[in-house]
Order: sequence, then structure tokens, then C-alpha cells
Amino acid sequence: MGGFFTAIGDVVTNEVTYSGAMRFAALLAFAAIGETIAEKAGTLNISLEGMLLGGAFAGALGMHLTESVTVGLVFATVIGTVVASVQANMSHRLTANQFVVGLALNTLVLGIASFLNTSIQPVSKAAHRFKIPGVAEIPLIGDAFFNQPWPLYLVYPMIPAAWWLLYRTRWGLEVRAVGENPQSADVSGIDVNKRRRQSIYIAGLTSGLGGGYLVLGQIGRFEDAVVGGQGFIAIAAVIFGGWTMRGVIGGCLLFGTVNSFRLTLPTVGHELNSELLSAAPFVVTIVTVTFFAHRTREPRALAQPFVRGLT
Amino acid sequence: MSDQQTSQAAAGGSATAPSRLREAAVAAAMYLGCIVVALFASALIVWATGGSWQAVFSALLDGSLRAPGRWGETIGIAIPLVVVALGTAINGRAGVVNIGQEGQVMMGTAFATYVGVRLGGPGPVVIVCLLIVGALAGAMWAGIASWLLYWRRVPEVLTTLLLITVASQATGYALKVDWLLLAPFRADRSVRNQVSEQLEADTRLPLIDIWGNDFPISAFAVVLMAVIVFLLFKRSVWGFRMRMLGRNARTAQRAGVSTVKYGTTAMLISGACAGLAGALMLSGGDFGNYRFTPGFANNIGWEGLLVALVARSHPVGIVVVAFSFAGLRAGSGFLAATGVEREISQVVLALLVLALLVPPAILFIRERRRALSATRDRT
Repeated sequence: MGGFFTAIGDVVTNEVTYSGAMRFAALLAFAAIGETIAEKAGTLNISLEGMLLGGAFAGALGMHLTESVTVGLVFATVIGTVVASVQANMSHRLTANQFVVGLALNTLVLGIASFLNTSIQPVSKAAHRFKIPGVAEIPLIGDAFFNQPWPLYLVYPMIPAAWWLLYRTRWGLEVRAVGENPQSADVSGIDVNKRRRQSIYIAGLTSGLGGGYLVLGQIGRFEDAVVGGQGFIAIAAVIFGGWTMRGVIGGCLLFGTVNSFRLTLPTVGHELNSELLSAAPFVVTIVTVTFFAHRTREPRALAQPFVRGLT
Repeated sequence: MSDQQTSQAAAGGSATAPSRLREAAVAAAMYLGCIVVALFASALIVWATGGSWQAVFSALLDGSLRAPGRWGETIGIAIPLVVVALGTAINGRAGVVNIGQEGQVMMGTAFATYVGVRLGGPGPVVIVCLLIVGALAGAMWAGIASWLLYWRRVPEVLTTLLLITVASQATGYALKVDWLLLAPFRADRSVRNQVSEQLEADTRLPLIDIWGNDFPISAFAVVLMAVIVFLLFKRSVWGFRMRMLGRNARTAQRAGVSTVKYGTTAMLISGACAGLAGALMLSGGDFGNYRFTPGFANNIGWEGLLVALVARSHPVGIVVVAFSFAGLRAGSGFLAATGVEREISQVVLALLVLALLVPPAILFIRERRRALSATRDRT
């Protein structure tokens, strides 16, 4: 047990842990911000994984074609939104089952991305680090927050922007109404399925950008397994956070830190069960939802399609 | 959903509704058109990257049906898909959502492997035991979700989804320690990493050989299962209650159908089916050569879920759809010779799924419009 605590101590006092945690958390946050909005409107958007992957590949492709990170990120955003448009129109215009659409989209994007990856083989590299002077000197966590590849900084303004959109605009109010009680929203003149489609577009936008950040800010090149289930972790973070912006970001930071622990522990010379650490975010999420269900209530119409006159 | 559509069509009145035959013809044409569009889109992707789409489609057909011994392979892959999908159909009818089949398949396989490798005794007894234990393990994993649902109102959509990763990490851990699943070190194998012991020859499901196509005998059991599920839905009080619960939980409750009892049963059966599918995969030999490895489940759970959803929980449809999906999977093995990446089979599959969603949705919307206009005329 003593060994365990020294291990934790070594990791906690290591700057690398925090930088790594921040990079993982940023990816999760990109995806989770959009997913929060989509889930608030009532879609359990399983295609988040596909959106991230599509964004990742488009980012690499954009960089390959123009050698510019900015263009790569724009490409990523566009492709993320394209994936979202399929999900949105299939599940909230044609009212097809959102899980089928999501699963099929994940498969489709993975198939197309790895297919094109082998035939095009895009060349890309990570964006340069940008150190924000002054604040980056804060000991232990300064580097983590303010000395990172520059695409990561895009996530900072997105958090308050998404919060403002959800809680301080008419649109946000309508989105929340649509996710809580679509029948009432419909009666008061809100186009339920339109709001749901729009919220999915936003999810596609942010997670496409997240995919672009993953390739252009963190890893540097595209591989088929580059996303590897992080979309599902982001969904878990949204649930863990109880569908509030603050909680969701907290969840992203927590899961990012756990992931970073898993990678840093071996480098400082300690062994800990890596399966346990990988499963921990999910177990913690389930336990949280179980015991704090009264505080973290999911949107009431989550994952329920809306057709006027039925139900 | 289909019952609702027909009842609405009836409510719409005979004046506006066209004849049944024409309806069916329109639906068939729509399905055909959508499938053609999906195949055309796949061909376009192949063509755009410089491949030959004729070669790809003919390789897919060769690999799934035409080449010697291949349709046996396709049947072998279809077996777990059908089993997973039948379970999913049951919980779908009961209105409980389970999207964690992938994890339940893994748990089923892991427990089945443990029993199959450790339990000595006559072969047939071991086979039966490992199938039962596999089903129980799957049911246990789904049971966690339904227990949390009825104890603390935790949405089962979330728990089943989250439990997939937990299952994958748990089985991955079990494959790392000797006293659980990891095969003991042997000199003839260089890698000793996350692989279980192979099932003994007498604890494998017997294979049937028809014209050089061999597949496990479980194929017949699976068809029988589909028939049983069909009859349960159509002819039994139990199936009727399940359907009532799925259609309108409040009415069902008033009519004396316990939500907790029937919901839990549906979830447990669904999980048991997924676990059983894992055990059948292990003992059937078409996956992983009778060994359990971390990537063993290989998306069969997800694909089985897709089968059930595409077939709209209809047992006959499930068998047909599962066979076509399995054909794509088997056929992808033959793509290497054409110089086109095997991922294209995934693209074809996904496009087909999306295409198959469109006709029922359009038909449904048309029925809705017709019903709405009919009520407008009356008032």
C-alpha cells in the first residue's frame, strides 16, 4: 500500500501528468460540449465517435493539401458538420431510430476514413506550441493550461460560449424545452425536430473541431485507431457531469487526468493495473448516476423520437 | 411501429388509402431503389479511389457464397448475429433499450472460456455447461443495468453503453492473469500475451459438412430459436404482455402487467442471448479458432444490435438481414486479391443500413400525413 501512495505522490508532483491530462481533457471537452447541447435537446448522439474520427481525418487531409493547420481545422469542422447532418436529418426528419443511424455512421466514417487513409496517406504534423507569457510560469499547472499546441486554446472560449447559448438565449431555452417535454414545446410553437437537428449540427461542429485538434494539435498524424472510443468517454463525461456545463467540464478534466495517470505511472517507474484505470471513468460514472440521480436528472425526453400526434 | 401504421391506415378511411397491392408494390420499389442507391454510392467510392467496382462486388460474392466452402463460413458468422438480434428484438418489443450487447458478448465468452477450459468431464456435458454459463454471464451483465434501472431509475441506455468498456477491460484483465483465463506458458509459443487456452477437441460444437461447406450444428438451433421467438410474439400471452408494455407502459401497468417483472425479464433474456452468442462464437470455431483474445467480440454485439434494428425486431427479417451482414463480413476476406482495402465492406454495410432506414421512415411519414388529413376532414 505504501508503494501505491508513493506512486500517486510521484505522479501528482509531476508536471507531465498535468500537461497530458489537459490534452486528453481538451479532446473530451471539444466533443462533450457539443454532446451536452445535443443531449439537452433529447438526442443521445452515439455518432460522436464518428464525428471525431471524421474530423480527425479531414484535419489530416486539409493539412496534407495546404500544409496549413488552420485549413485543416476548417476541414475538420466541415466534415464533422456533414456527419452531423446525416444523423440530424435521418433521426429528426425521417424519424429513423437514432441509435441505428449513430451506429451505422460510426461504421461508415471508420470505413471511409481508413479506406481513404490507405489510398491517400495524408502527411501532417502537429501544430507548434504556443506559450502564453506570464501565466505559463505558474508552478505545476502553468504549463498544462498555457503552454500547449495552439488549437487546444480554442476550447477555452467554447465553454462559456456554449453555456451562454444554452442558458442565456431564447434558442437555448427552446432546446432545453424540446429535450424535457417535446409535446409542450410543440404546442407552444417550437419546431421540435428543427431544434434537435440544429443542436446536432453544433455537436458535429465542436466534435469535428475536436477531431482536428486531436490530429493537428496532439498526435500529428492520422491512424485508424486515433479516436479509439474517446467519443464514448465523452458521452460518459456528459452523463457524469449531470448535463450541466460545469459538471461536464469537471468530468472531462477528471477522465483526462485518469487517462494521463495511466500513461505517466509507468514512466515514473510504477506499476498499476491499467485495465482498472481505463475502466474507472465508466464505473465512476455509473456510480455517480446511481447515487446522485436526484441531483443529476437526465433530459426527460432523452433518446425519444418526436412525431406530432403520437405519444 | 408497424401495428400503429396499419391501424392509422385503417383510421384514414378507405376513400383516400390506395389498395393494399399498390402499397406493397410502392414499398418494394422503394426498398429496391434505396439498396441500389447504396450500392451505387459504394461503387462510386471504389471508382473514385481508382479501384474496380466490378472486381469488388464479385470478390464479395465469391467470398460469401460462390467460392467453395464459403457459405458455410457465412452461416458460421450469421449464427451469433441472429442470437444477439433475437435477444435485442425481445427487449425492443418490451420497450427496454439495450445497446450494450458488445459487452455482454464479451462477458459471455469470457465465462464460457473459463468453464470450457477448466471444467473436466465428458465433452457434451462441458459444451452444455459452457453455453449455459455464457448465457448466465450475459444475463448478469445486462442484469446490472436493469437492476439499476428499477432500483434507482438510472436510464438503461446509459448503463448498458457504459458497461461495454467495463466488460472489455475486465475481460482484458482476466486474460492477463494465470488463475483466470491466461493460457499457461508453453515452449512452442513465442508470444504469451492475453490469449486463453484453446478449447479441447471434444468440447467444440460438432461441424456439419454439406458439399464442402462446414458450419456448427448450432445453426439449426438458432433457426429453431427464431421460430420460437416468432411464436412467442404472435401466439403467447407473455409475448402480448411484452408488446403491450413496450407500446404503452401505463396501460400495461393498469392491465396488471408488472413493469419491473416484465422489463427485467426482457433485459435478462436479451443479455442471456448476447452471452450465449459469445459462447457459440467460442465453441463454433469461426471466430478466434476456439481461443478467447481481447479483440474476440469483433463488433458482433454492435452488428447484432444493428441487425435487430434494421429488421425492426421481426424474427424472419432478423435471419435474412443477419445472413446478408455475415455475407459481407465473410466476403471482405476475399477483397485483398482485388487491391481494394477490406474496409470497403464496412462502408457497404453502413450505407446499406442507412438506405434500409429510409423506406420505412418515408412510408411512416406518409401514413401520418394521410391519417392527419383524414381527421382534419372529419372535424
